[in-house]
Amino acid sequence: MDFPIFHLDFIGNRAMIAIIAVLHAVINHALAVGLMPVVTMLEIKGFRLMATQPELAEKWDRLAYRILFFAFIITTTIGAMTGVGIWFSAALINPASIASLIRVFFGAWFVEWGVFVTEVVLMLLYFLTWKKLKSSMAMKFRHVKYGLFLSFFSWITMAIIVSILAFMMDTGNWNTNRSFLYGFTNPLYLPQLAFRTPLAMTMGGMIALFLTLIFTRNDQPFRAVALRSISKWVLVWGPFAAGGAMLYYYMIPQNLTGNLPVAMGTIEFQSWYQQIIVIVAVAIGLVILLANWAYFRPRTTPVWLAGVSILLIAGLMGHFERLREFIRKPYVIGEYMYSNGYRVEDYPLLKRDGVLKHANFVATKEITVDNQLAAGRDVFILTCSRCHTSNGAVNSLASKFTNMFGTKPWESGPLKGYIKNMHSARYFMPPFPGNDEELEALTVFIKSLQDYPQPVPGAQDGLGFQKATPAKPLAYN
Amino acid sequence: MFPEGTFLKRLIFMFIQILLQAPTIVQKDIPLPLPVPEWFLIVVLVSMFLVHMLFINFMVGGSIITLAYQLLGLRKPDYDKLAYEVAQTITVNKSMAVVMGIAPLLAINTLYTTYFYTANALTGLMWIMIIPLVTIAFLLLYAHKFLWHRLEKNKLLHISILATSVAIFLFVPLIFLTNVNLMMFPDKWSVVEGFLSALTLPNVFPRYLHFLNACLAASGLLLVWYFGRSSFDFEGKFPALSRYRIRLNLYTVTFYGSVVQFLVGPIVLMTLPTQGLGWNVLGVILTGASIAVFALFWLWKELNAQEAQFGKHFPKIAVTMGIVVLFMGSGRQLYRSNVIDPHRKLVAQKTADYEKMVQEARTEAARPPAAGPATAINMPGETVFNGNCVACHQVDEKLVGPAMKEAAQIYKGNINGLIGWIRKPGKKREGPAMPAQTHLTDEQVKQVAEWILSLNT
Repeated sequence: MDFPIFHLDFIGNRAMIAIIAVLHAVINHALAVGLMPVVTMLEIKGFRLMATQPELAEKWDRLAYRILFFAFIITTTIGAMTGVGIWFSAALINPASIASLIRVFFGAWFVEWGVFVTEVVLMLLYFLTWKKLKSSMAMKFRHVKYGLFLSFFSWITMAIIVSILAFMMDTGNWNTNRSFLYGFTNPLYLPQLAFRTPLAMTMGGMIALFLTLIFTRNDQPFRAVALRSISKWVLVWGPFAAGGAMLYYYMIPQNLTGNLPVAMGTIEFQSWYQQIIVIVAVAIGLVILLANWAYFRPRTTPVWLAGVSILLIAGLMGHFERLREFIRKPYVIGEYMYSNGYRVEDYPLLKRDGVLKHANFVATKEITVDNQLAAGRDVFILTCSRCHTSNGAVNSLASKFTNMFGTKPWESGPLKGYIKNMHSARYFMPPFPGNDEELEALTVFIKSLQDYPQPVPGAQDGLGFQKATPAKPLAYN
Repeated sequence: MFPEGTFLKRLIFMFIQILLQAPTIVQKDIPLPLPVPEWFLIVVLVSMFLVHMLFINFMVGGSIITLAYQLLGLRKPDYDKLAYEVAQTITVNKSMAVVMGIAPLLAINTLYTTYFYTANALTGLMWIMIIPLVTIAFLLLYAHKFLWHRLEKNKLLHISILATSVAIFLFVPLIFLTNVNLMMFPDKWSVVEGFLSALTLPNVFPRYLHFLNACLAASGLLLVWYFGRSSFDFEGKFPALSRYRIRLNLYTVTFYGSVVQFLVGPIVLMTLPTQGLGWNVLGVILTGASIAVFALFWLWKELNAQEAQFGKHFPKIAVTMGIVVLFMGSGRQLYRSNVIDPHRKLVAQKTADYEKMVQEARTEAARPPAAGPATAINMPGETVFNGNCVACHQVDEKLVGPAMKEAAQIYKGNINGLIGWIRKPGKKREGPAMPAQTHLTDEQVKQVAEWILSLNT
């Protein structure tokens, strides 16, 4: 990548983006897409009773408002900012890939922005006018309409973004058909949407159930009525979420075997594939159990169990997000760009000239006997650091090589032999893009991790060139 | 090159380094065409950025004014109620500010990809800190707004909550300003060492002052309108305050903020590196400034008007201010293109050259080697081996797994045992277990097993 490279050598770059993205996706699904229709439904319950039973109507209205309040606070702070955070972190961690995606998806993202503005305006309108627009049936009716629009636009936002995700996961036709409409016709698009929509609705229902259990503690008769409606919602959507998950589950290997047969062979994927079915069964099973409990025995429904089932279903969602990692690797954009930020077509040139020669932000351009370690560090930063730390907590080179070659001093020969060929058996690894001299330098750097590990700074710590190299410590050499 | 020593010494050294011209870096751009015409991106960037900034100004200025009113409210309770009223506007403005920021972010990412991302990476830690910092500020604002009545008895805590988010709001713009400054100067990229050193770029602080004044001026004006609406029952809500007085004070905030801009503006211009200054930039900015004179004139008239006449110039002031902002925003974009465009030509050239090299290397690699030892692959199993096994196995030596010659010894005369192992490996040695090679066909497994056993001879 021809950018100065931001690098976190302890938690790793992927961990940072994963935390931000999963947080955003869970908030979006549970509190926006799923919860807004539930809140609107509760509001309508109250609206229908306005003329006949004003007191009960007020109870429904108050419950709906309090649930919305919770959603409003979270979505307009953590939800909104993590959305921006995905852009920020993607631009820091893999600028080449996000920049390429923006050039293809500008239209989709621009439309998405328009829908997003509408969603935010409706959210503000819905929340802030709640108390003003409740004095008459006509006003309330207008307010209910805001809720319906908001529910619709929240879903549309998700439907568009899923297309972009589906496109990125597809290993197929990017090279022949570089248009974002392709994302909508992608074979994984509809299964994904069929999975995410009911999942979001179930999550929204569960959040509403959880909050209702807390908010109606002092009003048992109303609690029973309220829990019944909300659990009906969950019982309707829950089975669809399970069905969607199964559909998606069965579509995955079909797409994988079509495109990346090797994926099936890895231990990581096999264990993931076995785990997911258990997690789906447990999470959705618990949700359905709890909804039944709330329906038939509203008085004894435990709040903590509702909390646990929400965490489980969020875990299920996070676990499914990992799938993208399996399907896309070794690419970050199917068959066009590898996870390291280099394009497939760059490889012949880089293999011939080396990556350092064509990089701007490196300390070493020419490798000599004296600078092998520094050059190796630069090669690491350019070719490995998007996914690996040197000796940090997540996915470190040191741990990988210790696992493979043990704790005895590593030898250059096997290290080089492995790195040269790793992509042929480990389907998720891109081929090493550099030339033989750089491979040699990289092994010198890797070996230094065994003797004298030093954290590798990223561009945010200064660029490394124009700077004196620190004196070698006595312990080293 | 880099001196040891006190922090101050380091900082001064950094500053000198930054002032010096370092070698200019020319990057390669993303070799995909722009998705939309360049003018479209510029229009989106300039216009939506101004909308974004307007809401940001309302948000930051509104928070500062709320804080000021709340402090006044310690003496005179009606000011506390006034603060509560202003706090209501921030919720809307902050949400709009975030969502309206996405379009210019998208546009700047597309148009100035290499420049923007480079600046982001070089100040990376602080850049990503924007996300948690602003989230915290927003949550604190909500806490401040929705716990107002519950914290009535603990004003110190209540005001501290607001003061914390104001402090965050005052800090975050520095991160943005550092980035938009740094992105324009490729000659500084090689000497910048993280956010703190980029902060010393000469133009950052003058622009920061410019921004703060704009926040005050814009929010003052917004609130003059907000409290002036006939539907707003000012006298009912704040019996001890005069609507006229409060609006007059807010006008004064706007007036003061705008007058100071006339002093800060020239400093901003002077500290801009000269390479981007041109008559086009000066022309646009001076036109903007001269239109601002009219706004100031009407503001002055409002400040000195009789109570009955008060407020009649408001629409003119708002419109003129809007036009001034449009001029200033365009001037800013002109300056940026003046600075960057020559460099963008270099980048485009370099990108084209690089693409040519890439294509040449591809053709070269595709050509079969003219002479040289023919790589004799006699058995199909060797191809399977080279495509699937070599990451962990070699013929003669142990790599991750054992040498194939060793396996050939073990399974001598037992091809089915070897096939069974490849299909469903167990674990016999130290190190990671071999994954099951389920993706290979039966034929391929047989071929590779045959080849392995052939190593015995």
